[in-house]
Amino acid sequence: MADRTYEIGSHPDLPPPVSETGVIGWLKHNLFSTWYNSLGTIFILYLLYLALPPLVDWTLLSAVWGGNSNQECWAVTREGACWGFIDNRFSFLMYGFYDSDAYWRPNLVGIIFILAMIPVLFRSIPGGNVAAVFLIFVFPWITVSMLYGPVNMTTMGSSVGVTIYSLVLLAGLGLGWHGRKNLNLLLMGIGFGVAYFCAIALFLRWGFGLKVIGTDKFGGLMLTLILATVSIGVSMPLGIVLALGRQNQKMPIVRTLCIGFIELVRAVPLITVLFMAQFMLPLFLPEGVDFDNIVRALVGMSLFAAAYMAEVVRGGLQAIGKGQYEAADALGLNYFLKMRFIIMPQALKIVIPGIVSTFIGLFKDTTLVLIIGLFDFLQTGVSSLADTKWNGLEHEAYFFIGLVFFVLCFGMSRYSMYLEKKLDTGYKR
Amino acid sequence: MKYLKHLTAAAAVALLSTAAGAATLDDVKSKGVLDCGVTTGLAGFAAPDDSGKWQGFDVDFCRAVSAAVFGNPDKVKYTPTTGKTRFTALQSGEVDLLARNTTWTFSRDVDLGFEFVGVNYYDGQGFMVRKDLGVKSATELDGATVCIQTGTTTELNLADYFRANNMSFSPVVIETNAEARANYEKGACDVYTTDRSGLAATRVVLPDPGAHVVLPEIISKEPLGPLVRHGDNQWGDIARWTLNALVTAEELGVTQANVDSMKSSKNPEVRRLLGSEGSLGEMLGLSKDWGYHVIKSVGNYSEIYERHIGANTPLGLARGVNALWTSGGILYSPPFR
Repeated sequence: MADRTYEIGSHPDLPPPVSETGVIGWLKHNLFSTWYNSLGTIFILYLLYLALPPLVDWTLLSAVWGGNSNQECWAVTREGACWGFIDNRFSFLMYGFYDSDAYWRPNLVGIIFILAMIPVLFRSIPGGNVAAVFLIFVFPWITVSMLYGPVNMTTMGSSVGVTIYSLVLLAGLGLGWHGRKNLNLLLMGIGFGVAYFCAIALFLRWGFGLKVIGTDKFGGLMLTLILATVSIGVSMPLGIVLALGRQNQKMPIVRTLCIGFIELVRAVPLITVLFMAQFMLPLFLPEGVDFDNIVRALVGMSLFAAAYMAEVVRGGLQAIGKGQYEAADALGLNYFLKMRFIIMPQALKIVIPGIVSTFIGLFKDTTLVLIIGLFDFLQTGVSSLADTKWNGLEHEAYFFIGLVFFVLCFGMSRYSMYLEKKLDTGYKR
Repeated sequence: MKYLKHLTAAAAVALLSTAAGAATLDDVKSKGVLDCGVTTGLAGFAAPDDSGKWQGFDVDFCRAVSAAVFGNPDKVKYTPTTGKTRFTALQSGEVDLLARNTTWTFSRDVDLGFEFVGVNYYDGQGFMVRKDLGVKSATELDGATVCIQTGTTTELNLADYFRANNMSFSPVVIETNAEARANYEKGACDVYTTDRSGLAATRVVLPDPGAHVVLPEIISKEPLGPLVRHGDNQWGDIARWTLNALVTAEELGVTQANVDSMKSSKNPEVRRLLGSEGSLGEMLGLSKDWGYHVIKSVGNYSEIYERHIGANTPLGLARGVNALWTSGGILYSPPFR
C-alpha cells in the first residue's frame, strides 16, 4: 500500500486493529487482560474441563431414559442417571397426594395466574391495571375454590344463613351506591366492603360445586408455589405498612408496635416460627378451634417475610432525600398521596434488588415446611427415595429438584434486573 | 423471671388439659377419620408410592386400626412426622396414633407420657461387611474402620460393644444413610453399622448386593412399635388388641383370603377373634366383627410382613426373631378370651 498524504482532518477512519475487535478482542479484554486474569481464566477452564464432561456424561450420554425401578436402570448401567425415576414420579413431585383425576384444577389455576401476571409484569402489554385488581381481589378466592373446593362455613349451614348473606350483600351494594351518588367516601367504602365480604363468603360456599380435596393432599411443586406466592403476595404490602409504621414519628404507639413486631420476628429462626405455629398453637387454642395446617404455615411464613420486607423497604425510605418529603408537603399532598405518588415509587425502585433477594430467599425457605409435616417439592423427592422401587437414586432426585429451583429463582432474578433497567430514571452509578 | 414461671405453668396446664381430653375413640369416630403419624419415608415401613398412596409395614398398622374402628381401612389421614416432631405431634393431639418405627424405651414410655401398645418389629443394630473380607462374626472386627451416623444411639452402642469385647475401631462419621452408603461403596470403611432393617435396605441398592453380608450379631435391642397418648386406656386397648389380632390371626391361620370361611370355623378362639361369638368387640367399644374387618382389610401379621419387608421384597428381611413363638421367634399375643 502506497504512502499517501491527507489534508488535515480528512483521513478516512481506519478499521480497529484485529486484536481489539471480534472474538479475539473480546477474549483479550474480558479473559486475558492482565497476567493474573489470564491465570484465573486458565484455572477456571481447567475446573470446567474436570467437571463438565462427567456431568454431561451422567445426565445425558450414559443416562437411562425410562426404566420402571432402580434395578431395571442398574441392569443397563450404573454410570448414568436413571431418569425413569423422575418420569414415573413426576405427578407425585408436581402435585403430591392430590387426586389424580383433579390435576386439571391446579393446572387451570396456574394458567389463569400466568395469564394475569403477564400484563402486570410487563407493562408494555395492556390490561395491567385490570389484571392487578383481578389478582388481588378475585384470584385468591378462585384459587381456594378450585384447589380445595366448597368451604364449609358454620354460619351458612342452612338456607337461612345464605339468605341473610344475600340480603346483606344487596344492602351493602345499595349503601355503597348511595354513598357514591352523594360523594360520601366513608359510606361507599363501608357499603362496598360489606358487599365484597358477603360475595366472597357466598362464592366460597359455592366453590364451583367441585369435590372437596383436603389440604393434607396438597404437595409437591404445587404446594411450594402456593406457599411462595401467597407469602410473597402478603408480605409485600404488609412489609410496606410495617416500614411506614416504623418510620412514622407522629404515632409513637404504632411505631413501637411495628418495631416490636419486626425485631421479634427477625430475632427468631423461621423453623421456630413454623414449629410454634404447628405445635404450640393447638395447645393454647380452645378445643374445636383449629386452623388448617397449610394456613398455619402460610401465616407463619407471611409474617416472617413481612418483617424482613419491612426492613428492606425502610432502607429505601431512608435513601429518599428530605427534599422530596418537603416538596410533597409543599404541593399540599396529604400523607397517603405523598407516599403513593412521591416517596414509594422512588423508594421501592431503589430496593428492587433487596426485595427480590427476600423473595428468592423466601421461595427457598418454603422447603422448611417439612418439619410441620407438609410435603413440599423437596420432600416429595426425598420421600420418593424411601420407596424400595426407587431406593438409592438420590443423585437424580436432588439434581432434578435443584434444576427446577434454579430455573425459578434465576427467572426471578432476571426479572428484577429487567425491572431495574426499565425503571431506571436517574441515580445510576 | 416470675412471669416466665407463670407462663410456663399456664403452658403446662394447657398441655395437660389437652392430653387428658375427651375419649380418643369418640373423637376419631366424630371426625370420621383416623389421624395416623407415619415417617416421612423409610424403605419398606412407610413411603408414598408412584401414585402418592402411602404404602408400608407401619402404614398397614394404621389401616388395620382404621378397619377396626370404621370397618374400612381407607379412613386414615397420614401425617408425616420427622424424628424431631413425632412426639410433639402425638402429644398435641395432631395425630391419634403414631406408627412410626419408634423404639420402645423406658423414658419414652414413662417420662414423655406415651403408651406403647406393643412391638410390631424387633429391630437391632447390626453390621454389614464385604464378603471378600472373610469376616464371619463381629468379634473379628478388631481394628476395623466403621461408617456410622452421628448423634444416634448406634454410635454409643458401637462404642460400648467394641469396648466390652476389648476391640478397637476407627469411626468414619457421616450424616445420612445415603452418604454412608456412598462411603461404604467407595471402600472408605470396612463396616457399615445401623439397624438391621436399614442395613437390608442399604444392601439391596449396592452395585453387587451378593458381595456383602450382614453379620449375625445384634448389638442392641430396638423394639419398634406403635404408640398412643397416656391416659386414654380404651384407645390404647384398641390399638394394642388390633396389633394382637394381627399376630393371633397368623397363629390361628386366618388370612385375608380365608377370613370369610373362617368366620364359621369350629375353633372358638377364631370365632371370638372374628366376632362370630362372644362380645370382645363391644368390650372395646367397637363393632362385634372388628377383628374380621382388620384381617379382611390388611391380612394377618405374616401377610403384612411378607408384602412390605419379607423375603420376596427388595428388602428381603427374614422373619428371624419376628417369627411367631411357635416357630422360634418371640412374637406372642395374649389369648382372645
